[in-house]
Amino acid sequence: MELFDTFIQIFGSGIRLGVPLILACLAGLWSERSGVVDIGLEGKMLTGAFAGAAFATFTGSAWIGLLAGVTATVVASLIHGYASIDQRANQIVSGTAINMVADGLTALIGNAIWSQGGRTPQLSDTALFNAITLPFAESFGAVPIVGSIYRHLISGHDIVTYAAFALVPLTYWALYSTRFGLRLRAVGENPAAVDTAGISVRGLRYSAVIICGVLVGLSGVYLSLAQAAFFQPHMSAGKGFIALAALVFAKWRPWPALATCLLFGFLDALATRLQGVELPAIGAIPVQAIQSLPYILTVVLLAGFIGKAIPPRASGIPYVKER
Amino acid sequence: MSSPLKPLPAWADVALIPLINVAAAFVISGFVVLAIGENPLEAVQILITGALGDLEGIGFTLYYATSFIFTGLAVAICFHAGLFNIGVEGQAYIAGLGAALAALYLGFLPGYSLVVVAIAAAALFGAAFAAIPGYLQAKRDSHIVITTIMFNYIASALMGYLLVDVLRVPGQMNAETPGFSKYAAVPQFHELLAPLGIQWPVTPFNLSFLLALAAALAVWLLIWRTRLGYEVRTVGANATAAIYGGISPSRITIITTLLSGALAGGLAVNVILGQEHRLILEFTGGFGFVGIAVALMGRAHPVGIILAAILFGVLYQGGDELAFDKPKISRDMIVVIQGLVVLFAGALEHMFRRPVSVLLARRTTQPPI
Amino acid sequence: MAAPVAAGEDRVTTDAGRAPPAIELIGIDKSFGPVHANKNVNLRVERGVIHGIVGENGAGKSTLMSILYGFYEADAGEIRINGEPVRIRSSKEAISHGIGMVHQHFMLVYPLSVLDNVMLGAEGGPLLANGANAIRRRLAELGKEYGLEVDPDAIVGELSVGLQQRVEILKALVRGAEILVLDEPTAVLTPAEADQLFEMLRVLKSENKTIIFITHKLREIMSLTDRVSVMRRGEMVATFDTARTSPPELADAMVGRKVILKIDKSEAHPGRVALEVRNLVVRDDRDVVRVNGVSFVLREGEILGVAGVAGNGQSELLEALAGIRPLSAGEILVDGEPLPPAEHNPHAERLIGIGHVPEDRHRVGLVMPFEACESAMLGFHYETVYGRGLLYDRKAIIDDAEHKMEAFDVRPRAPLLKTANFSGGNQQKLVLAREIERNPKIMLVGQPTRGVDIGAIEFIHKRIVAQRDAGKALLLVSVELDEIFALSDRIIVLCGGRITGERRAEDTNAQDLGLLMAGVDERAA
Repeated sequence: MELFDTFIQIFGSGIRLGVPLILACLAGLWSERSGVVDIGLEGKMLTGAFAGAAFATFTGSAWIGLLAGVTATVVASLIHGYASIDQRANQIVSGTAINMVADGLTALIGNAIWSQGGRTPQLSDTALFNAITLPFAESFGAVPIVGSIYRHLISGHDIVTYAAFALVPLTYWALYSTRFGLRLRAVGENPAAVDTAGISVRGLRYSAVIICGVLVGLSGVYLSLAQAAFFQPHMSAGKGFIALAALVFAKWRPWPALATCLLFGFLDALATRLQGVELPAIGAIPVQAIQSLPYILTVVLLAGFIGKAIPPRASGIPYVKER
Repeated sequence: MSSPLKPLPAWADVALIPLINVAAAFVISGFVVLAIGENPLEAVQILITGALGDLEGIGFTLYYATSFIFTGLAVAICFHAGLFNIGVEGQAYIAGLGAALAALYLGFLPGYSLVVVAIAAAALFGAAFAAIPGYLQAKRDSHIVITTIMFNYIASALMGYLLVDVLRVPGQMNAETPGFSKYAAVPQFHELLAPLGIQWPVTPFNLSFLLALAAALAVWLLIWRTRLGYEVRTVGANATAAIYGGISPSRITIITTLLSGALAGGLAVNVILGQEHRLILEFTGGFGFVGIAVALMGRAHPVGIILAAILFGVLYQGGDELAFDKPKISRDMIVVIQGLVVLFAGALEHMFRRPVSVLLARRTTQPPI
Repeated sequence: MAAPVAAGEDRVTTDAGRAPPAIELIGIDKSFGPVHANKNVNLRVERGVIHGIVGENGAGKSTLMSILYGFYEADAGEIRINGEPVRIRSSKEAISHGIGMVHQHFMLVYPLSVLDNVMLGAEGGPLLANGANAIRRRLAELGKEYGLEVDPDAIVGELSVGLQQRVEILKALVRGAEILVLDEPTAVLTPAEADQLFEMLRVLKSENKTIIFITHKLREIMSLTDRVSVMRRGEMVATFDTARTSPPELADAMVGRKVILKIDKSEAHPGRVALEVRNLVVRDDRDVVRVNGVSFVLREGEILGVAGVAGNGQSELLEALAGIRPLSAGEILVDGEPLPPAEHNPHAERLIGIGHVPEDRHRVGLVMPFEACESAMLGFHYETVYGRGLLYDRKAIIDDAEHKMEAFDVRPRAPLLKTANFSGGNQQKLVLAREIERNPKIMLVGQPTRGVDIGAIEFIHKRIVAQRDAGKALLLVSVELDEIFALSDRIIVLCGGRITGERRAEDTNAQDLGLLMAGVDERAA
């Protein structure tokens, strides 16, 4: 039973660590499916986390924080969109710029306002997204295993977490069952086909970029207003890039994205848990080995050693009408 | 829809447009300073005084610039082959391992040959670490941007493990190696100038700077004056034409990433062998990413890179002084500027092209009144 | 100077009370920077006919149709559909006016299903489910009506090219197209697929659809169309009733004053076999067999022309011979010796004296952002003439380029000018200069005058013949029959990756070759 509890704990922790990955990964999915490569997820996550925490501090309302965080990331996304869609820029360069500016600006402004090295004050209560106890969690929780899973794994998360999980089927449905989704999948593969069908390539890509901004904004807000209770510089700590790796690993599909992000979140939780623990027969596993597993797995996948990850054909390529 | 424009005159293309782009980055940075309640002009003054106001400032400025020349060259050489190496940071980090291992374990080498071997080891480790993504790009078609990003984190994890669990001095709290012998140090200028009777304040400014200048010259010669450079540029400009010309793009991809990684090793030489004299955690401090800004701003040309590197040296050194004088303008301001330079000199490099060419056209075609 | 050309208006018999023409283009004008692609073009297409538009590459056919389809907006002029003046500013507006277009390069999304592709832009609502069923039914109807069956759930990328084209046509029909524009539709088809297409188009015509058929192949015009308009260098020069014209008349109109001057060419004196090809099989990038068991010999002192409709394996053959594309089977013999696999690459072949003028100078033969002198040494850049030591000798590079530019009259004579800034003809001369000046014994020449101005064509042709007279073995791949006739001593014809016939140049004519290009060998039959 003790082992079971440990697993429940690690899984719970894995879910919490996986949520920002899921949201950012879905964000990247929308953008890249439309043909706009986004390596700026990391920077946008920071932007969302900072704007969310700042406005939650000013107003004491987590919801206003969320609105501010999402607005800020949509603006950042639109800059990337303008560069990628209208200026036909190198999207890698543009994403790199977003990452740098976000990294610097969030810390700079945070420091200028609160003079705590960029950290925002500790938030509490209404300024945060608190855990929601689902109905019957207490009573049903007494049931062994199933009840325990319900109580500790399914119940007790905040609203953003539930939203993240709901957004996966929503994304799937939107992508494969709606007109917008069909057009979006098409524009990432062959924008000329979309253009000649009388549909605006630009309009589609901007829509996708805005959706990306909203989702990655949620991811950032989750970091500062649900996972932590403050913003601090560089707090995304590479999660944006892990989300990018997960996107490659999931081959740009929503359900595999969920699975991959949960796996990567779980690995992260496991690494923390195994820190300094001597395993029988193996000895201590360096925590860094587990932490770098997502990156290594992604490289191995990209190298085509386990299947092949083929990005949307037009991703990263600005659309220019051919003469 | 946009009608095609007349090509700009060469001077506008080479000088005016890049200058406008960089100026835009700085103007916006000025507004950022204004927005946090400080006077940008005063900030610029403090920054320049701090960076260039005295020999000490200049020493630090050039020390930083040395790192940026190396990382800028590393990024730029890949640009010429049409590759985007975001992994300079990780490659430099691993290069530091090479330098440290040589410095720590090859102490039996006579005199200053140790530092030469340590420099070579840095280049070798950097090159080897860059070659893996290069090989995967060339032979397995794995996108080098994604793999080099992944490799940055892999490098970080690996070095964290080695420094904390393997190389750390037993009983020491800090995750760092023991200090190197003096023969593993790249001499600093104040040490060299003292015997000549020249008083130079104690700064980390070291001989690596000359190595960086030599590397810039070597890269220039390589790219524009050798067969290999011709092949690199051909692959970067048109891979199909390269194949037609008997050039193997995958071979060039691997060679270019090797060279890029070796140049990234220069950062480790400057910081680890030139200043720290021991291997420490996170010594690269984001300077690998500064290389992207430097390469874009310098338009991948070694002369441009040296100038851009010195500018960023001024920003980093002056930024330290600025953060001291004006705590609100923390060092993060420099990262903002760096990002804006990448945005305007890289991503939005053509944004001002249209207005400028309209303006120039109007000037030249307007009949005298 | 631009006096409006009444595009054969005099020939059109307009009955009073007849329906207005399906399409009228009046005074269409379009420039791209310095390129005047359409000059005051007039065109009148009656309803329910198949109307051909012919013209050489670059005559402005595709631009005109792109304007009709709203891909570009004309600088001047008017479009009337069924007599009504309309503005077409986007593909969407073109579709709403009942215009459908089948592009030369298919506008398909390959990983998606046929249904998804057809539905794209005609989904019938924000959710796919309803529209999908309607379109599925419509596809079934169209399949029965016109013989256009295709599995709606098949992935487009896995279909044959002919079926992919069918999907393109279905896309237009599902959108209710009354006017169907096909841009070079047979360029990518096998003869059998082309026949099927023609059959399909005749059925569509019988249903009173209007079809505009763009091509540069006269045979197709004669066999398919009711009327035909001819474009030449951006102008609409004439319109004919197909029944009352002939290929020579059309050819004259296409070319204008006979531009391909017959080069003064003495009789060839073929010598030893320089190059032999045995049972060559070559695949394209998509792993489709494009050259299927080709064998031939090429002798010193002769020009062997390879004729064929574009896309019948000529490009792959040329690339395979030049060492760019791997051989799937067969062998290449140089001077009677098999070319070892290790030497089957561009570098090694240059060393043994095989020069190669590639079909596409922009994409392959030159590096556009390079200085002309650097483009002029591509492939030979390793040679010691450009510098003996580690470093290049810039002066040697520039001198060498100057010499080549002098010898081939490349203008301007500016070795430091960017390659992209030269005109097409001068770029092509630069490529020829580079390949010929190294004095190869075998020359592989692809489309030497594509997109080249007339003056340069003559110059280039003379140089090629001069090479022959100097005893070189030349293989000429060209889709321009006139060029094949002007230069070749002997001609082989490729169709569907096989050689369908071989002729001595003086023993054949356009009609004979046309049949071979269609895969029919009359003499063998």
